[in-house]
Amino acid sequence: MNAARTLATARRVLRQLAHDPRTIALLLLVPVLLLVLLYYVFDADRRSFDSIGASLLGIFPLVTMFLVTSIATLRERTSGTLERLLSMPLGKADLIVGYALAFGVLAVVQASVATGVAVWFLDLDIAGSPWLLLFIALLDALLGTALGLFVSAFAASEFQVVQFMPAIVFPQILLCGLFAPRGSMQPALEAVSNVLPMSYAVDGMTEVLKHPDATGDFVRDAVIVAGSALLVLFLGAATLRRRTA
Amino acid sequence: MMNKSPRAPSRTHAAADAAPAAAVHARDLTVVRGSRRVLDNLSFDVRPGTVTGLLGPSGSGKSTLIRAIVGTQAKVTGTLDVLGRPAGTAPLRSRVGYVTQSPSVYADLTARQNLDYYAAVLGIPHADRAAAVEQALTDVDLTSHADDLAGNLSGGQSSRVSLAVALLGTPELLVLDEPTVGLDPVLRRDLWNLFHRLAARGTTLLISSHVMDEADRCEHLLLIREGTLLAADTPQALRENTGSDTVEDAFLKLVESARGEVSRGESSSDGSARSDLDRAESADKSSGATS
Repeated sequence: MNAARTLATARRVLRQLAHDPRTIALLLLVPVLLLVLLYYVFDADRRSFDSIGASLLGIFPLVTMFLVTSIATLRERTSGTLERLLSMPLGKADLIVGYALAFGVLAVVQASVATGVAVWFLDLDIAGSPWLLLFIALLDALLGTALGLFVSAFAASEFQVVQFMPAIVFPQILLCGLFAPRGSMQPALEAVSNVLPMSYAVDGMTEVLKHPDATGDFVRDAVIVAGSALLVLFLGAATLRRRTA
Repeated sequence: MMNKSPRAPSRTHAAADAAPAAAVHARDLTVVRGSRRVLDNLSFDVRPGTVTGLLGPSGSGKSTLIRAIVGTQAKVTGTLDVLGRPAGTAPLRSRVGYVTQSPSVYADLTARQNLDYYAAVLGIPHADRAAAVEQALTDVDLTSHADDLAGNLSGGQSSRVSLAVALLGTPELLVLDEPTVGLDPVLRRDLWNLFHRLAARGTTLLISSHVMDEADRCEHLLLIREGTLLAADTPQALRENTGSDTVEDAFLKLVESARGEVSRGESSSDGSARSDLDRAESADKSSGATS
């Protein structure tokens, strides 16, 4: 890995986004508007808003970064730029870490705006520090980036790649404990939810919601989400081939 | 982790038989895709400092051969050395410039931002980068569109951005896949002049085209069809050896004589390719002294 090439890649990805202000606006505003929507949905039940709102702060970055990365990487594969880059002295890690850095920056901005609005304007009542929420949100964004990068290898078109979103992300949302506590699920489903990384992202958010300090469970959740992100990034790297048929 | 290339063609023998170290040295080069042999036992050399044309109809295997040379093609067997090293090995990645058939640039970056990024990937130091980018833009005559988004440029302009990327860092070998398709004649002439200026500076150029009238702009030609090499020679020798007025006629005659030999019943598996290659190679020897 080479720091200059990695940073150049991150800067290039950010420059591409800078030419697309509408995407940036959507990325930043949609989570906020959805939180506001949720606030009024739970108009009579603020406690439910607290727990679901905190979970959503972890889910938004994962979903948006998954979408953005999977499409950006697919475009890189189909436009020939990936082939060109891999015929140059660019390491696979330079490319992947470059993408992760660029989308990580974006995720920090997105999560800061969403968390800020939730805590200050929507009176999201959390026991712990908003910084811990932000930290988990960043890890979730990395996980989304990693998953997006990985699935783009299995899609031949944009049509296919957007279908991976309901296929890969929706089951995790259903099983992560947002709709029903994981312990109350059918035991087989609970076992599945135990191996899906988003479950730990939401658990981590819930820990921050309930406890004033970073608990042992919070640390465990953060480590699992970060570890999953790294594992999937490695799998994503394995799908980048210098030589293709 | 990132430099391994397990399927790179192994170097079976030293490149000693290519006297003045060939820029590209291929022996029995074969590429298989599925059950089809996309390239079938190609053997040829590309001389350093020349403009070599790779001519053949669309679907003949030109792009596959080019991808094998730059090291992005899988399932390559036989010997393929580039600048004295097995094709696709790590040290070659900054020494070989590659232009794909469709422009491989970022549509949502300006021409200059594209070049700036690729220059960083090639390892051009930050201090020299702006000058290198400016030089490449000047070479392809795009300075007036440098700050337009590549996606807003015309087809010809964005393929010139793609070409400019390959010029960055002055590679020793430039491999161009149909770089002049769809360009206006004036621009096409300017580009060929640029290619010859680069060759005069010592760069080796391998340029593919399906337009036979570009043959006479090359010093040396490789004619391929259906994955086999019909001939490797100078345009002049090709015309003389086949008694043709144009390279296109020569191509037709070579195809027909290859067919004739196959239908005469002596079609061992590589009969037609081998006989054409032998003829081309003996012609090569006779004209070799002149270049």
